Amino acid sequence: MLKTYLPARFIVERNASRCIQCQVCVRQCGFDVHYYDEEDDEVRARDERCVACHRCVVFCPTNALTIRKNPLDYRENFNWRGEAIEDIIKQSETGGILLTGMGNDKSYPIYWDKLVLNASQVTNPSIDPLREPMELRTYLGRRPDKVEVDWETGKLNTRLTPLVPLEVPVMFSAISYGAISLNVHESLARAASEAGTLWNTGEGGLHKKLYKYGSNTIVQVASGRFGVHPGYLDAARVVEIKIGQGAKPGIGGHLPGEKVSAEVAATRMIPMGTDALSPAPHHDIYSIEDLSQLIYALKEATNYTKPVSVKIAAVHNAAAIASGIVRAGADIVAIDGIRGATGAAPKIIRDNVGIPIELALASVDQRLREEGIRNQASVVVAGGIRNSADVVKAIALGADAVYIGTAALISIGCHVCQACYTGRCSWGIATTDSYLAKRINPDIASHRLVNLLRAWSHEIKEMLGGMGVNALESLRGNRLHLRGVGLTDTELEILGVRMAGS
Amino acid sequence: MKDTANHYNPYGDDKVIAACSIFGMMDTSGRRFSGVDITKAIANMHDRGNGLGGGFGVYGIYPEHADHYALHIMYEDKLTQRDVEDFLRDNFHVAFAEEVPTRRAAAIKSPPIVWRYFVYPNSRRPADRSNDDYVVELVMKINTGFRDACVFSSGRNMGVFKGVGYPEEISEYFRLEEYEGYLWTAHGRFPTNSKGWWGGAHPFSILDWTVVHNGEISSYGINRRFLEMFGYICTMHTDTEVVAYAVDLLLRRHGLPIEAAAKVMAPPLWSHIDRLPDNEQALYKSLRQVYSSLLLNGPFTIIVAHEGEMIGLTDRIRLRPLTAGVKGDVLYLSSEESAIRLICPDLDKTWTPMGGEPIIGRLKTNKEGKAVTIEECAVA
Repeated sequence: MLKTYLPARFIVERNASRCIQCQVCVRQCGFDVHYYDEEDDEVRARDERCVACHRCVVFCPTNALTIRKNPLDYRENFNWRGEAIEDIIKQSETGGILLTGMGNDKSYPIYWDKLVLNASQVTNPSIDPLREPMELRTYLGRRPDKVEVDWETGKLNTRLTPLVPLEVPVMFSAISYGAISLNVHESLARAASEAGTLWNTGEGGLHKKLYKYGSNTIVQVASGRFGVHPGYLDAARVVEIKIGQGAKPGIGGHLPGEKVSAEVAATRMIPMGTDALSPAPHHDIYSIEDLSQLIYALKEATNYTKPVSVKIAAVHNAAAIASGIVRAGADIVAIDGIRGATGAAPKIIRDNVGIPIELALASVDQRLREEGIRNQASVVVAGGIRNSADVVKAIALGADAVYIGTAALISIGCHVCQACYTGRCSWGIATTDSYLAKRINPDIASHRLVNLLRAWSHEIKEMLGGMGVNALESLRGNRLHLRGVGLTDTELEILGVRMAGS
Repeated sequence: MKDTANHYNPYGDDKVIAACSIFGMMDTSGRRFSGVDITKAIANMHDRGNGLGGGFGVYGIYPEHADHYALHIMYEDKLTQRDVEDFLRDNFHVAFAEEVPTRRAAAIKSPPIVWRYFVYPNSRRPADRSNDDYVVELVMKINTGFRDACVFSSGRNMGVFKGVGYPEEISEYFRLEEYEGYLWTAHGRFPTNSKGWWGGAHPFSILDWTVVHNGEISSYGINRRFLEMFGYICTMHTDTEVVAYAVDLLLRRHGLPIEAAAKVMAPPLWSHIDRLPDNEQALYKSLRQVYSSLLLNGPFTIIVAHEGEMIGLTDRIRLRPLTAGVKGDVLYLSSEESAIRLICPDLDKTWTPMGGEPIIGRLKTNKEGKAVTIEECAVA
């Protein structure tokens, strides 16, 4: 085989005085970087295979390992930087679309970092969440314009469509079984049940073992219809139609046949080892009225007992699309921004298609209000939410709740190495290889996830209390609690936020 | 589609933070009395204001024009007045108009021109719109469409008097000892960043609803955006305005009783709702789910009044004071008990309501002639 022109991206440094040749790194690496040379009794590395997932670094008992970026200096050229050169080399050697994993890693502005929060001083008291009640409960779903009651008898004449409670406004994003292992699905399901929130199956169906967590489960119906059957819909609390995904707007999901194990095949209702490729559009949705038909088909199928969500990627005219979705009958609109992650997507699409979620959220919320239909659906946003402050800012911009995917996976081990599409995840997350997948212990992983949500809840309560409100609904859409720093007038106008100091 | 984003105030940051004194008194037998006592009571809380705003709401003052909407309008100049009066004549039948009588008061500097008009919708009112809705719409039009004109009172058989000054100075200026009503509310203001605008004083009013408010509404941003969906445009440069519009929406347009509206503005905690019996739980849950954006958060005490009814309410964790007192048929609500004691030393009883618990006074015989009592708390 011709030697690749591609230089190694990372260098594995092994401190010889610390290494005890125990070979933990050999066993832990999913990418066969480390190997043991019996003749020399020495562990060595194939640097060119390293993706910098740090599994070996963390698990090395003597802390002998360091992974460094290969300091290879290309001749300085702002246009022809290393990434551009290396992408061309890869394509010239394979002739294919470059795949990647996780969210957009480019330097598009992160508006969360240009928004700052308010706090009370003197004229109104801040509220101490350790001493006063502080309410985070959120209900997702459609609301009527008003409540009608027969006040003589006290009988409610308004029957609300099903609303779903969240004790913390953070849900786990759609990640399909197949993209991740069953152990990860189970960890997410158990954590969501314990924390009083929802997790999302993604488009790969729901394993029989997890039906018992149904009341905390959002099931997805995507263009491939993998694993969709009456029992699947019945098991769920919310049904989500997946139109698009922030990491790859305009194209369908890809699961390589290597990841389609017997269990994945059974759950998806496809033959083992076949590629599971979702069509780019739903072939029964070529327009908004078709979407409406699918929404009502799902409502009919579930006897109007569950809210129906429609998830789209944040694209240029997201506001008008969201308005159409609400008018088509959706109870929840989920929007996934340009930094939304994936198990596998064409790199060129992940890095170039879509818009930042902050801008999409601000314009969707404003548009729905201008049309007087904001209360007819909940708005959920996803795509790069990193911490509780991002959550608080999203809610102040107008979101009802957020989805976290990458953050949830990081809490159970992911180091964002972007190699999910290989199926060789050393952390046992983005793989269906049983040797790797058993590294996720649902007892431990669900505990870590619950910890993360608990920590964020405490922080959200502190921020709310500081702003002088004791219920999350008083922050929702309350953009007066936000100020912008370093933003242009146009950006401020779209975000509906004033410049700090004004 | 309403383009609220391009409204002259795109960021909605009109909120003026303020602390205040508030007072309300109502004779539930319907006996009318002058503004002397309430002026004395609110003056007793002089130090809670800073002279940048005072005002009064009075019910039952225009029995001779009881069927007409009494528009109190302030103008900065005669030119604006002429334009607005043309507008009024185009859209209303104007039964009577006069300048609101005032007396020279040393403390009142550069007052606006204040007139009152007793009007009734003319044939321009679309058939599908009620008189009330028509009046609300035109009041919004004047307040947003004419510079330097402000309709600050628009109810029937009631009136708002307010301006820049201490409340006792406003009372003296508008000669309130000469008016008689069965229900009075008063307000002394301590704004921390006001430009001393007459329209910015309390009470805030739409139709016969008035609100006086002590506090800062930290949820203002979302309350305002929610109300915009129902056609209310905030123009008054203060957070109190949202209370008036919320009350109008909930009680008049959505037909909720005041007890339920109080539970929208200061709802029970979810942990409390979860423990209620099924039918109550369904009611409170629905109210909070549907009207979550009207929860008034942050410290506040409000006195809301309309024809025949006066309601006192604090935020649900009672971060601002409210004291209630009763003497015979008269219900008193005040920021401080001392102000009540000053004008009524021998109260039958006085108490401090719980946070979020409405204190309601009603005329002893309401429109249907049904007997009701002074104080009725909560729906349950």
